[in-house]
Amino acid sequence: MGLFDFLRSRPKGSASVATERLRIIVAQERAKSGRPDYLPLLRRELLEVIRKYVNIDPEAIEINVEREGNQEVLELSVALPDKGVVEQPAAADDEP
Amino acid sequence: MTEIIVVTSGKGGVGKTTTSASLAVGLARLGKKVAVIDFDVGLRNLDLIMGCERRVVYDFVNVIQGECTLRQALIKDKRLDSLYILAASQTRDKDALSKEGVERILGELAEDGFDYIICDSPAGIEKGAALAMYFADRAIVVVNPEVSSVRDSDRILGLLASKTRRAERGEGAVEQHLLLTRYSPERVAGGDMMGVADVKDILGIEVLGVIPESTGVLTASNAGVPVILDADSPAGQAYADAVDRLTGKDRPMRFIDAQKKGLLARIFGS
Repeated sequence: MGLFDFLRSRPKGSASVATERLRIIVAQERAKSGRPDYLPLLRRELLEVIRKYVNIDPEAIEINVEREGNQEVLELSVALPDKGVVEQPAAADDEP
Repeated sequence: MTEIIVVTSGKGGVGKTTTSASLAVGLARLGKKVAVIDFDVGLRNLDLIMGCERRVVYDFVNVIQGECTLRQALIKDKRLDSLYILAASQTRDKDALSKEGVERILGELAEDGFDYIICDSPAGIEKGAALAMYFADRAIVVVNPEVSSVRDSDRILGLLASKTRRAERGEGAVEQHLLLTRYSPERVAGGDMMGVADVKDILGIEVLGVIPESTGVLTASNAGVPVILDADSPAGQAYADAVDRLTGKDRPMRFIDAQKKGLLARIFGS
């Protein structure tokens, strides 16, 4: 490794740019490929259901599948709108 | 025990066939019984690199479709007694290969006492490439230190982890190795080519060998003599090292450091 560090410490060429770009794209693609195919659809349908009750932002739903040992865990997080913030008229229907 | 090794890459033109030919020759030279199969249906090339193109009578698809026996289709290498080549068909029918057919032929080769079966994969991730990797015990992913090749290799690694018989049966992952080809230590030192350590870090698998960019590769393919047989060429020597590592021997990496330029080269060189 020491040898390569020495080479890397030279004036930076295009190779370091290539390495950086690849690190990012490979990490993104690996994260994507592990997910089940139905996640985008599931996300959209959940969004529709939740929106019947709470007016949330489309970006407020996060879905992830995590592997814990032999089990896969579907992780779902929904950020509800801040109560302090004045909501759009639809928000009035949210309270039971 | 027969070991099935797929030589694959995703991207085309990175040196899969050159690698398949040299690994097959290298293993046969160690006294192993080796078959090397060209899976590139439609674009037969391994026979040219091996120098046996005029001896192809029957091909892989002929055997699968029962038009000849496996024995009739296997071309015995003229240089090494224990090396056999199975040429790809030039048919344009992409569905000529079937999983059952490939399995049957690999099974027959195993019964015949072959130690190694090298599957030379076509480029891409379509049927031919999928079948070449499906039955593999080991995979050699050929990669150039270049962005598109590295990214495609990562796709292939993903497929090896899921779309192989081992993965489907839960028999443990296909053993994966990286083989860097067209490596230029000078350009790496100058910062314009990713180094071995960079590519290894990005893809996260172990490196079997580094083949330097070398004029010997073109000369060898011109002549139909796998470059590993050219002991004077750095690429030939690097392939010999890779074969040794494949069989469990410890060989230090060569040809990965830039040559020091002499005084004259420093003054007059670029």
